[in-house]
Amino acid sequence: MKRRIFGPIALAAAALVAVAVYAVSALNRLGETPLGSGSPAATSPEVVARGAYLARIGDCASCHTQPGGADYAGGRAIRTPFGAVYSSNLTPDDATGLGHWTPDEFWRALHNGRSRDGRLLYPAFPYTEYTHVTREDADAIFSYLRTLAPVRQEPARHQLDFPYSTQAALAVWRALYFRPGSGEVTQQASPELTRGAYLTQGLGHCAACHTPRNALGGLRSDAPLGGGLVEGDAWWAPSLTSEAQAGVSQWAEDDVVALLTRGVSAQAGVSGPMAEVVFSSLQYLDAEDARAMAAWLRQLPQRAETAAHGKPPPAGVLERGHEIYHDQCAQCHGDEGQGKPGAFPALAGNRAVRMAEPLNLVQIVLHGGYLPATAGNPRPYGMPPFRQSLSDDDVAAVLSYIRDAWGNGAPPVGIVSVHRARERAGS
Amino acid sequence: MRNFIRSALLACLCCMGAVWAQGASQDAMADRVLPCTACHGEEGRATPDGYFPRIAGKPAGYLYNQLRNFREGRRSYPQMAYLLTHLTDGYLYAMASHFSELQLPYAAPAPATAPQAVLERGEALVRHGDATRDLPACQQCHGQKLTGTEPFIPSLLGLSRDYLSSQLGAWRTGQRHAPAPDCMAQIARHLSLDDVQAVAAWLSVQAVPDDGKAAAHAPDTLPLRCGSLQVQLPPDQRGEQR
Repeated sequence: MKRRIFGPIALAAAALVAVAVYAVSALNRLGETPLGSGSPAATSPEVVARGAYLARIGDCASCHTQPGGADYAGGRAIRTPFGAVYSSNLTPDDATGLGHWTPDEFWRALHNGRSRDGRLLYPAFPYTEYTHVTREDADAIFSYLRTLAPVRQEPARHQLDFPYSTQAALAVWRALYFRPGSGEVTQQASPELTRGAYLTQGLGHCAACHTPRNALGGLRSDAPLGGGLVEGDAWWAPSLTSEAQAGVSQWAEDDVVALLTRGVSAQAGVSGPMAEVVFSSLQYLDAEDARAMAAWLRQLPQRAETAAHGKPPPAGVLERGHEIYHDQCAQCHGDEGQGKPGAFPALAGNRAVRMAEPLNLVQIVLHGGYLPATAGNPRPYGMPPFRQSLSDDDVAAVLSYIRDAWGNGAPPVGIVSVHRARERAGS
Repeated sequence: MRNFIRSALLACLCCMGAVWAQGASQDAMADRVLPCTACHGEEGRATPDGYFPRIAGKPAGYLYNQLRNFREGRRSYPQMAYLLTHLTDGYLYAMASHFSELQLPYAAPAPATAPQAVLERGEALVRHGDATRDLPACQQCHGQKLTGTEPFIPSLLGLSRDYLSSQLGAWRTGQRHAPAPDCMAQIARHLSLDDVQAVAAWLSVQAVPDDGKAAAHAPDTLPLRCGSLQVQLPPDQRGEQR
């Protein structure tokens, strides 16, 4: 009797597994075109120059270069919640780089997230966004990469936790969260907006950081560009669809362009991972592309955010915070948090100070940092690190004070947040 | 009387001009380098009672090389690397030049606490090296007065014992590097731990002559080839308007 029931169940289960495997496998090959003969694409100095520009806007070198290492030779660790992924060598070295790659294979990596040998690529390589890049642009980038001096450097092995380290897990992830681009996401009302959408959603891969991810690391389609944790949860990439965070719908276009290309505008400066993006990528945007990107960012629908409220801090914390502020911060940021225009940002009314998520504030106090040195702002001002001179209690107190003072009215910062931020940044 | 007023006015104008010129030449660099002075002391004149080294008055080329070494991972101090990641060579050199021009008095050295024998061993190594181990004397490169030479070789005086011994130690163990050929790494590999302690102990208790001013140029012949002396310095950006 038992066997009679078990038989059909086992059969049904086996059939389900087979269907699932087939579905996952089919979804993973969606939109793949057969590889051609592998003959090199027609190239010219103009195409190479264009490819160099596009590689800048895609910020390829940033991840594919180790600090102090040869450009594009790979080896940099990309921290994810699932472990570290090491970037590959994009120089045309035969043994360790793209030496034997064809334009078709490069296109398949960019568009379908599949490597030359057929392996699925980890989405730390943002093919979830690069998939929107056109074939023509992909070929130009490839032509440019072919002109680099080959560097022999074997990529390091990824250090991912099980089961994320397996191709099977990756295939399931892709079946759930990745569809190759078909071009329709970039169609907008005007050519400028179309260009802006193409740049931000494709090469610019803004969503890779600014769109929140679910527990499995999939981009959440219900909150595009709605803000998320990045760099091993060490920084908060603020929402681009909230005026309370980094939305720019109320900014003049010139200010958005300034922030993207100089790293600082009348309203804000970039810090943490965004300083790197401006330094190595966005400052090179040509004027037209910068305007297109700004225009697209400005028209993003904004979501209303309920004001963050929290319990007021225990008595004594604000007094202690005020004391620290007076001793350590007021010299630059002013007694009333008014800052010094052109040098040190005002803290009164500053939305980066008031944002519900205080993680970035904590990082800025702990590690300091300079605005990126750009052609438009070659000698930026910076913030000293306080990691060694202020305890977790002190950092929490001074930030709670700053968030409370001058009408900022934001909830306090807890000691645990500071402690966690220190740990996440590995310090 | 009219002449007097006129010359007084003229004098005032000249003074204002001088103040203006000084303000412009400073170019707000003092404000721009506040992240540095948080650890390296006001005007970069950290004293040897703390760990962080003084940077005021060090040769610009030396400071520039160190900023690049930190940024590019040849020296390992994550906090420095983080601050410098997104800065250009030109700006790093502007910072280096700013601090190198701050010729400020030095504090008296710390009193000697190491045993006499250790100090003597340190002094002998500094002044004479050890030919049997291929060790040149510190003075052969860092100058007769050990206050360094322009533009690349640093002073060895006015630094804490901890800082000196940890730097020599870092070279020995391969934690600290310089552009190849890394002459200091070659030297440090020939030093024993006791040598390191002795050299650091003696250097840290020496008074700083001539307010630490580096000699105008390096000796014609140096005992080793050093990559850090071949570095091309970028143009000084400080005069540029933002």
